[in-house]
Amino acid sequence: MTTRDWPLWEVFVRARRGLSHSHVGSLHAPDAEMAVRNARDVFTRREEGVSIWVVPAAAISASSPDEKDAFFDPAADKVYRHPTFYSVPAGVEHL
Amino acid sequence: MNTPGQGRAGDVAIYALGLGDDALVLAQRMGEWIASAPELEEDVALGNIGLDLLGQARALLTYAGSADGRTEDDLAYLRGADEFCNVLLVERPDDGDFAHCVARLLVFSAYQAELYARLASSGDETLSAVAAKAVKEVAYHRDHATQWALRLGDGTEESHRRMQAGLDAVWPYVDELFAADELEPGLPGVAVDPAELREPTVAYVSGVVGRATLAVPDVPAAPGGGRAGRHTDALVSMLAEMQGLARAMPGVTW
Amino acid sequence: MYGNHDTTSVPVEAPAADDPTFDRDFMALIDDDGRVEPRDAMPDAYRRGLVRQIAQHAHSEIIGMQPEGSWIGRAPSLKRKAILMAKVQDEAGHGLYLYAAAETLGVDRADLLDRLHTGRQKYSSIFNYPTPTWADIGAIGWLVDGAAITNQVPITKCSYGPYARAMVRICKEESFHQRQGFEILHTLSHGSPQQHAMAQDAVDRWWWPSLMMFGPPDDDSPNSARSMRWGIKRFSNDELRQRFVDMTAPQSHALGLSLPDPELAFDALTGHWRYGEIDFTELFEVIKGNGPLNAQRMAHRTDAHERGDWVREAALGYAAKHARTEAVA
Repeated sequence: MTTRDWPLWEVFVRARRGLSHSHVGSLHAPDAEMAVRNARDVFTRREEGVSIWVVPAAAISASSPDEKDAFFDPAADKVYRHPTFYSVPAGVEHL
Repeated sequence: MNTPGQGRAGDVAIYALGLGDDALVLAQRMGEWIASAPELEEDVALGNIGLDLLGQARALLTYAGSADGRTEDDLAYLRGADEFCNVLLVERPDDGDFAHCVARLLVFSAYQAELYARLASSGDETLSAVAAKAVKEVAYHRDHATQWALRLGDGTEESHRRMQAGLDAVWPYVDELFAADELEPGLPGVAVDPAELREPTVAYVSGVVGRATLAVPDVPAAPGGGRAGRHTDALVSMLAEMQGLARAMPGVTW
Repeated sequence: MYGNHDTTSVPVEAPAADDPTFDRDFMALIDDDGRVEPRDAMPDAYRRGLVRQIAQHAHSEIIGMQPEGSWIGRAPSLKRKAILMAKVQDEAGHGLYLYAAAETLGVDRADLLDRLHTGRQKYSSIFNYPTPTWADIGAIGWLVDGAAITNQVPITKCSYGPYARAMVRICKEESFHQRQGFEILHTLSHGSPQQHAMAQDAVDRWWWPSLMMFGPPDDDSPNSARSMRWGIKRFSNDELRQRFVDMTAPQSHALGLSLPDPELAFDALTGHWRYGEIDFTELFEVIKGNGPLNAQRMAHRTDAHERGDWVREAALGYAAKHARTEAVA
């Protein structure tokens, strides 16, 4: 017999203090409390983390691959946002 | 590490052996769940608990054996059932029923949490170091068992019935956890008096049982005697499996 | 691994797969060594092929827990018991990572498990061989995990992002698996004569099945070519098999154990080890389900799953009840 799946949760782990939480994978859990605990057991068996977030996979809204040109290409010609765009006279330091 | 037992005729070693046997026998039971748990996430969780317990067992058996030159493996593999001093609660088979596994873990981890919290300030530096590490591990075990007791107790009709049956089945073995034996009074400041663990352990478990909409069982206590080497057939068959290979080829390295 | 199969949270439809530029763009991405991510448009055959492969890989991890799991209770020292428990536990974790990777392609783990339990999807036939002695645990670690790692390392660079990422994590965690197997065999081989014989017997039994883990020879492997074209597979079956033989043959000398192939010899000209012809008839029998332990493995798996039904239901019941309570409060 097939029972219903427990919902899917996305897991984010802070590897050490000073870093952001990063997505490490997903797992199934019946509710948030168990999801945090399962994440601890599944994703930090080798001291990989100091803090865990879990988010129901269904709660994540994402940009669509179809919109990726409209979303991300316009950033491509804003070269002046990058420091290498600017010329610095020889000998000038700490700029 | 210091060596237990000087001047106290190995009493510290015997004390460590009892606690180590508890952890070893329960680790062996946990190992039976890996590849048989209700969900993959739970295979991993029970594996972690089993590994914690096995780590506690190894530290305690190593310490106990250092009194008379025996290794952890000598103690684990070359003693008969009547030389094991674990409480009977840990040797009961789960028979593949997850509710039994949860009920036992709830009671035993609640007991261990109280025990190790006190043992962490033992005058014996090895016991206190083992306890200081273990107290964090068993806090997690207790939490895990609590979460499951709540979900099974207050989940479906079937799970409620099964969880109550699991509690009823383990409850006769609760008394033995707090039974006084001859050992602890002779080790003041080293051993923990089991009698003082009863109130906080039972209070914790009863609290969870209530929240889980279950009833604290009203059943007579089973005969104890595990600490004195009086065991059930369940331990005999467990040891037959566990020790079979090591005993068939004694004296070799694995 | 988010959102890909939950259309309610996806605001814009993925590009239609009948768009004429679609396959060309997709193949350009593959040819450019780019990565395909969950919600990208992809040819249906690519998706189906991936689901089948990742699911089979996941099934193999969890069925693979059984032959070794049966020795957790019997490991002959506490150190070995701890190592084995950690290893089998890792395999549960690896199955879990892989099911999650498959789920990004729009299937559910429960469905995949159902396909396993009803025999519609396979697992690696290597796990249908028995583990009668402790040395089998060593041989599985050294040879079976060794072959698995040889297969898996190139998948860390495969074209499908979630599969590649799962494999990075798995390969990292598995690095101790092969070593512990080697160490078991090394200890046995250099122990008592009886232990040495036990080790040799296990290696004799596991050598050929582990070579078969790389699949049929290239001339005889129709799926392999397409899988390579799509960047899912990076090397052919025979290339990977050769890599494995080149790695393990010298290690057998360090172990003091022989490999059961009289034709095994180093070819100074090619720099590779030559090996004898593999008898695949046995493999095909095992794949068809005539392996020694096929029925037992499946019975154990389905039994554990069915005995867990009420537990999984209970957890859902509790969650529903308490979500309602919170909403009311």
